[in-house]
Amino acid sequence: MSTETTKSLFWQGVRDAAPFLLVVAPFGLLFGVVATEAGLSVFETMSFSIVVLAGAAQFAALQLMVDNAPTIIALISALAVNLRMAMYSASLTPYLGGASLWQRAVAAYFTVDQSYACSILKFELNPDWTVQKRLSYFAGTVAPVCPFWYVFTLVGALIGETIPPEFALDFAVPITFLALITPMLRTKAHVLAALVSIVASLGFAFLPYNLGLLVAGVLAMATGAEVERRTAAQVATEGEHG
Amino acid sequence: MIDKTELWIVIIGLGLGSYAMRFVFYGVIGDRPMPDWVLRHLRYTAVAVLPALVAPLVVWPQATDGNLDAPRLIAAFVTIATGILTRNVILAICLGAISLYTGLYLSG
Repeated sequence: MSTETTKSLFWQGVRDAAPFLLVVAPFGLLFGVVATEAGLSVFETMSFSIVVLAGAAQFAALQLMVDNAPTIIALISALAVNLRMAMYSASLTPYLGGASLWQRAVAAYFTVDQSYACSILKFELNPDWTVQKRLSYFAGTVAPVCPFWYVFTLVGALIGETIPPEFALDFAVPITFLALITPMLRTKAHVLAALVSIVASLGFAFLPYNLGLLVAGVLAMATGAEVERRTAAQVATEGEHG
Repeated sequence: MIDKTELWIVIIGLGLGSYAMRFVFYGVIGDRPMPDWVLRHLRYTAVAVLPALVAPLVVWPQATDGNLDAPRLIAAFVTIATGILTRNVILAICLGAISLYTGLYLSG
């Protein structure tokens, strides 16, 4: 383990995040196409992807603006979609909190679904990594994702014509997220949290402004934490009697 | 047609708001230790939020105006089953996509 250099960890991050290119490319392309079809210029479309850097929230905001929703509703809904970023930031803080302020400022901008998912998995498995090693790995997971988000947004904006609906690109997002979630289901607590998340997100889907997503997230987090607490208590009791 | 003023308010507001949410914990908490119960909740953020993001997309796909769609539902199950059995993300995506295109082709 001590032979791992920061450089090799960067490339390990690149390898781990590379599969996400399969998603980022068509998703970015689609955003470019949809945005230009909604009347945005190439400059406006690129500004959107560079300033916001969050696929789902960008699509949500754009859709609501096309539907002539009030500006404040478009803004709040898209921010609600992105509220999970605060949870990612909180979740990575125990691992990256020791970095310098500018490193944390840069890491914050690049904290997206893919870099978070890869990093949290590796950081939990390798608690002995230094902050510099973690930052190298994190930077590696960003490299195959964020630059390509910009590039494929640009390609989509320049193509500016409809991708035939036969390609069903709408479903690239769910399939990728599903493939990503399943390896995370390591314990009973993780499985139950995911089940509560699914049931609650469907049950509370009637709530406006994406609030169902937030309710489901909070309920599922509480479920995971509570199951973990009870399991730990049970193991402790059995240990005393055994 | 989207109003240009509205567009820029949303782009800049969403950018600043998203950045603030990403930075708040890194910046404010830094390397101070967080209480156990907070960490215990944070361990489940990913499995709590991502399924909630995906489930409605699977059950009520936008492409079919929110109607349950067999090829998409089957593709979702193929992806989940592959992910659980193999723990291989790329394989799960590929089999899911193959299942989706096969299903869409067969359903005409």
